[in-house]
Amino acid sequence: MANSQKNMAITGEAPAALSKTQKISSGIGILGLFILLLALLNVNFPNKTLFLSLSIGLVTLGTVIFAKDLYSGKHAGIKNDGVWFKSMTARGIWAWITGIALTLFYVVLYWLPHFLGLNPEGGNTGLIALFDPLSKLINGGPASQWFVYGTLYTLAIFIFGYKFLLKYRHNRYQRLRTFSVMFFQLGFAFLIPEILVRLNQPYYNPANIWPLNYDLFAGYKLQEFFSAGNLGFFMFVFGLISIFVITPILTYKYGKRWYCSWVCGCGGLAETAGDPYRHLSDKSLFAWKVERWVIHSVLVFVTVMTIAVVYSFLGETPTEFWLTKDVFLGGSAGFLTLLFAAIMIFKRKQLAKDAKYGAIGYLVIILAIIGINYFSGNNNIFFFAGYQLREWYGFLIGAAFSGVIGVGFYPIFGNRVWCRFGCPMAAILGMQQRLFSKFRITTNGGQCISCGNCSTYCEMGIDVRAYAQKGQNIVRSSCVGCGICSAVCPRGVLKLENESTDGRIDSEEVLLGNDVNLMELLNQKAK
Amino acid sequence: MEHIVIIGNGIAGITCARHVRKLSDKKITVISAESEYFFSRTALMYVYMGHMKWEHLKPYEDWFWEKNRIELKTGFVEVIDFGKKELDFSSGEKMTYDKLVLATGSVYNKFGWKGEDLPGVQGLVSKQDLELLEKNTKNCKKAVIVGGGLIGVELAEMLSTRNIEVMMLVREKAFWNNILPFPEAKMISEHIRSHGVEVKHEIELEEIVADETGRASAIYTKTGEKISCDLVGLCAGVRPNIDFLKNSKLETDRGILVDETLATNIEDVYAIGDCAQLRNPPTHRKRNEAVWYVGRMMGETLAATLAGEVQKYNPGNWFNSAKFFDIEYQTYGRVNPEENKEEQHFHWQHQDGTKAVTVAFNPENKRFLGINTFGIRMRHPVVDRWLNENRDIVFVLQNLRLANFDPEFYDNYEKAIFKSFKG
Repeated sequence: MANSQKNMAITGEAPAALSKTQKISSGIGILGLFILLLALLNVNFPNKTLFLSLSIGLVTLGTVIFAKDLYSGKHAGIKNDGVWFKSMTARGIWAWITGIALTLFYVVLYWLPHFLGLNPEGGNTGLIALFDPLSKLINGGPASQWFVYGTLYTLAIFIFGYKFLLKYRHNRYQRLRTFSVMFFQLGFAFLIPEILVRLNQPYYNPANIWPLNYDLFAGYKLQEFFSAGNLGFFMFVFGLISIFVITPILTYKYGKRWYCSWVCGCGGLAETAGDPYRHLSDKSLFAWKVERWVIHSVLVFVTVMTIAVVYSFLGETPTEFWLTKDVFLGGSAGFLTLLFAAIMIFKRKQLAKDAKYGAIGYLVIILAIIGINYFSGNNNIFFFAGYQLREWYGFLIGAAFSGVIGVGFYPIFGNRVWCRFGCPMAAILGMQQRLFSKFRITTNGGQCISCGNCSTYCEMGIDVRAYAQKGQNIVRSSCVGCGICSAVCPRGVLKLENESTDGRIDSEEVLLGNDVNLMELLNQKAK
Repeated sequence: MEHIVIIGNGIAGITCARHVRKLSDKKITVISAESEYFFSRTALMYVYMGHMKWEHLKPYEDWFWEKNRIELKTGFVEVIDFGKKELDFSSGEKMTYDKLVLATGSVYNKFGWKGEDLPGVQGLVSKQDLELLEKNTKNCKKAVIVGGGLIGVELAEMLSTRNIEVMMLVREKAFWNNILPFPEAKMISEHIRSHGVEVKHEIELEEIVADETGRASAIYTKTGEKISCDLVGLCAGVRPNIDFLKNSKLETDRGILVDETLATNIEDVYAIGDCAQLRNPPTHRKRNEAVWYVGRMMGETLAATLAGEVQKYNPGNWFNSAKFFDIEYQTYGRVNPEENKEEQHFHWQHQDGTKAVTVAFNPENKRFLGINTFGIRMRHPVVDRWLNENRDIVFVLQNLRLANFDPEFYDNYEKAIFKSFKG
């Protein structure tokens, strides 16, 4: 049996092959990338504007032709033929090459930017110099490695977004959210911050909310905000409102999808450039357990780190400013305690056992550490200086996790590794989605045939089928509401909805089609 | 401890096993000759098309069975000694049972065509059929599919993804016209054609002929036409897989005959799913319904009985669904292919040829009898309730929006449908 199963996976040459047009367009795209590679190898192009335009133009052209050949002129509908046969999307040699190349790129970007040609003092060279003209046009200064990254990131969301739009042209939900992530990436994540820099204002992306933006309340950032007058103050206040007011309201109404698959830049890249890899996520129960521990640990880490950096930023005496170190620490502890108390009192029943224990454990630890340091009169909160904690977070989570593992490993582990296992913003949104939201994926009565398309194509590794075949609604904290499960379902079983919270989670057997008394019996026995 | 043995690990057998475990502590063994673990038969096509791998077809992880103390046994039962309550396996092993559940499923029909057993001729029901299809399509240029039904159209879609030229021979005037009303059947025929599949109507298979190597190389139709091909797909329906029971005391007809509690004529022996045939079906249901949902419902019902609370199989309103290339189909209640004195149809179709609705109603009292939808998803609980409440067609069409289950931001057609009904 094992042999025959292996055989099935390697057959089917036909849908795995690229057409002639696809090969040519891949060549055009690679030519565009080749210009970037030459720049990286320190070829000094005479006319940087021309060659950068040429490079971006060729990459775009290649992707557009490739996508058109792949999808247009064919029937609108689900286009997953051969996904598990193609090297690039089935962890074949091309997937590994791409993964390793992306990973190396991230390593250089984060830790060795001088290899990209970064030289803030004596003028950039190499790849970064190639982007100088564009940078000067937008923000008035020479390019940095982040400018290069931002440009390529935005380009990726646009060209692969175009491909995604063609692929799902029959599905308006998919199209609208793709336009949305393109808009937020170009406007909020790329142009607004760069233009603010040009205007001598703090670099600020209003859509990058704390704790995803873990630096928002770091000392240097607060310094920047408070020395930038009214606009700086507004940015600071908007940052607070985003996480404490806007986020809870929108998540209550629409679930975390309003952010994760409509606004967020990480989500934007995952849904466009990462779409061909969504089926690679691990669906096992074990992976789900790991996910819950890891993502909530990151959330605790970022919370502790942020409290620490704000603590070190604040002064000691109330005469300078009413919010002193002591008041802030007490306030944070009080807020966290109230939040957990409210969850435990009102939503105790909906929490799975380990989630409950985990939450209690974390709360006790945080409060204990705050308490110990507070009462010991130690100036360093949590035994470390705040800035050290921030550096570690930036290295471990901000760079290694979200960048290198999160994106570099798209072709191996799927496109939402960071969002699923690491993002603290997703953890907060997810907790709320699970406990205080109208959003759910409704299962359509008894129509499920357990085919498994939904689970296979869930980028978050949710075993959607496990719920659907029981007639249960899907209410999972990790669900980013991408809507692909509903799209690929061949029997019209799944629908994303924001309805009344009554009956949102129905854990009882509700299979339709069978006589009612039997269902009552099964439900009674199951209790 | 009572030993419940279930032959067949399809949806009927597995649902039964799972629910017996939920309700009781009995010893449970599930036997299969087809696959080690339960898989979704309806998804076989997606493995061939590269949408999924075999592992994705398994709705439960492999540790599930041991954890729930459901023993899985791979083997082929050749003979059942109902007197001694003993199963004889082809391997020579034996196993005894206290209660036996037959959930052996279906096999595809062969109607005694000449050449039907040639290499290169096959149906598509089992895991082995899928594996054989991989071999049979290695160097396949052209395939002929005999039969226009759910499996036929699936096979056509599968082969199309491998750039194999496909011709379908459909006995009816239009695709699946023995189930679908003509306008819908015609729309689906056109849709299949638009995918490059040649659909021939009112043509039947006469015989299959081989080339010098002994493989199928062409077919003859009843009209005498010869069509060359490398593969012949037999998709003219399925029948209960009960040949190994034919010469026993077990009463069978088309399938294994069972009463309301799904019990056969032999004590402690039951049959569920595709292989079962109801002696007295409810008025609105057929004797033998070989669909996923029926297997599941029968499995649930029988599990209650086996656990000690005798339950009658009492299915509610009929429902089913399918997908024909890009067009999804759902049906609730009964919509017969032909109108008659008690059943009239209101039909609406979108000009793009991918969306349609047919509502069946009683012409005298206007009672809503059933609905077929194409390219529009319906809410099962809502339509089911309307059927139970004996609503009339006007109510149904006025409130159709409430039953819509399409994804957010999709176009609505309820107004157009209602207008067309009024006009």
